[in-house]
Amino acid sequence: MREIHYNDIVKAVKEMVMDAEYKLPEDFIQAIKLSVNREESPLGREILQEIIQNAEVAEKEQVAYCQDTGYPVFFVEVGQDVRVVGGSLRDAINEGVRQATKEGYLRASLAYDPLFDRKNTGDNTPALIYFDIVPGDKIKIMFAAKGGGSENQSKQAMLKPADGIEGVKKFILQSIANAGPNACPPFTVGVGIGGTFDYSAVLAKKALFRHIGERHPDPRIAKLEEELLELANQLGVGPLGFGGTTTAIDIKIEIAPCHIASLPVAVNIQCHAARHKEIEI
Amino acid sequence: MVEAKKIITPLTDDVIETLRAGDKVLISGWVYTARDAAHKRMLEEYEKTGQLPFDVKGQVIYYVGPTPAKPGQVIGSAGPTTAYRMDKYTPKLLELGLKGTIGKGWRGPEVKEALKKYKAVYFAAYGGTAALLSKHITKVEMVAYEDLGPEAIRKLYFEDFPVIVANDIYGGDVFEEGQKKYRKLVV
Repeated sequence: MREIHYNDIVKAVKEMVMDAEYKLPEDFIQAIKLSVNREESPLGREILQEIIQNAEVAEKEQVAYCQDTGYPVFFVEVGQDVRVVGGSLRDAINEGVRQATKEGYLRASLAYDPLFDRKNTGDNTPALIYFDIVPGDKIKIMFAAKGGGSENQSKQAMLKPADGIEGVKKFILQSIANAGPNACPPFTVGVGIGGTFDYSAVLAKKALFRHIGERHPDPRIAKLEEELLELANQLGVGPLGFGGTTTAIDIKIEIAPCHIASLPVAVNIQCHAARHKEIEI
Repeated sequence: MVEAKKIITPLTDDVIETLRAGDKVLISGWVYTARDAAHKRMLEEYEKTGQLPFDVKGQVIYYVGPTPAKPGQVIGSAGPTTAYRMDKYTPKLLELGLKGTIGKGWRGPEVKEALKKYKAVYFAAYGGTAALLSKHITKVEMVAYEDLGPEAIRKLYFEDFPVIVANDIYGGDVFEEGQKKYRKLVV
């Protein structure tokens, strides 16, 4: 059985978190650059240019793209033929986050308890980690920094099967329109349809790891993604909500089987600080 | 592009009256930072003691929790946070003389009414452009609630900090007006 040392995971996580906070994914930046020419609002075009410039400065100076360096969320796929030695995988990921926060000058953005003192944990731990066991002897770590502004505007609904595709479309578009300027558009929109109440939201979050412009393999879902993207950009929200034709850069839908009584839908709004990164160890 | 108006803090009614939703403005001078936790504590203290940690008269509050400064930086990345979360506290601060707030996103009706009533303005900064915005901050001083870390109240010195007037004293709203122009679909 392959062995990976705790220290190697700590180092890899620390580097991936810092890198993700300083540098937006290349496909996203390219999509923003393309949107400048399509945007109809002069102010919108100017804002898109500022976004590009902000990304350039953050990368060059190795500083956080956004001051909200986010809630660290991980999806981890552990090969069944690999084991971690020298400590637990969970502890290694948290230690990586802790070191990235300190050495990378990230903002501490987590409160210990949601209701009472809301005292800051000081180091962005504990990270939220979803584990999965998969075939193979590798560990795949996917990281997203979830800012509060866009996470707060994300929505979930338990629709009726009778609401169907039209009901789902309406809910997704309403969620985007309502998120508006509060959630820093242009958005990428992660959608989870099916599963259970909770799993739809997990799917929506995971959908955001797909590359910009990469369509769902099911042609029916791919068509729905394209149609929704076009409709979203007719809502008028525009860059940072000041009005315009660039409201969403992409919409990515994932589906799962669901109960015969249910139609769960979750919309995870992602702001333009679309910090996602994957590594394999 | 329309030339930006330059204003200097603290703000007076004369200046507030000239600002219209959609105007580009460059702010210079001292402003105070406060976000969720600082607002809650500040207003709870005010209820008990009748005192605020700083005199808000004529001042501007920037809703921001910056990242820590790297060596050689004055401040870390420092973009605006979403303003509506402070709506519960804002009318009282405006009543006490606060003249401006800076954040991102919509304000609620109670804040828009209070802006008209007490003659104050809500400015929107470009959300998420935090690495760029921090370059317009040239001095930082701790004011209160240091234990709140990124949520502490600090004084920031702005040099031509770029914002847009989002809500003015005449009922103008840059987001509503801007989106209406490009909205082809109502859901």
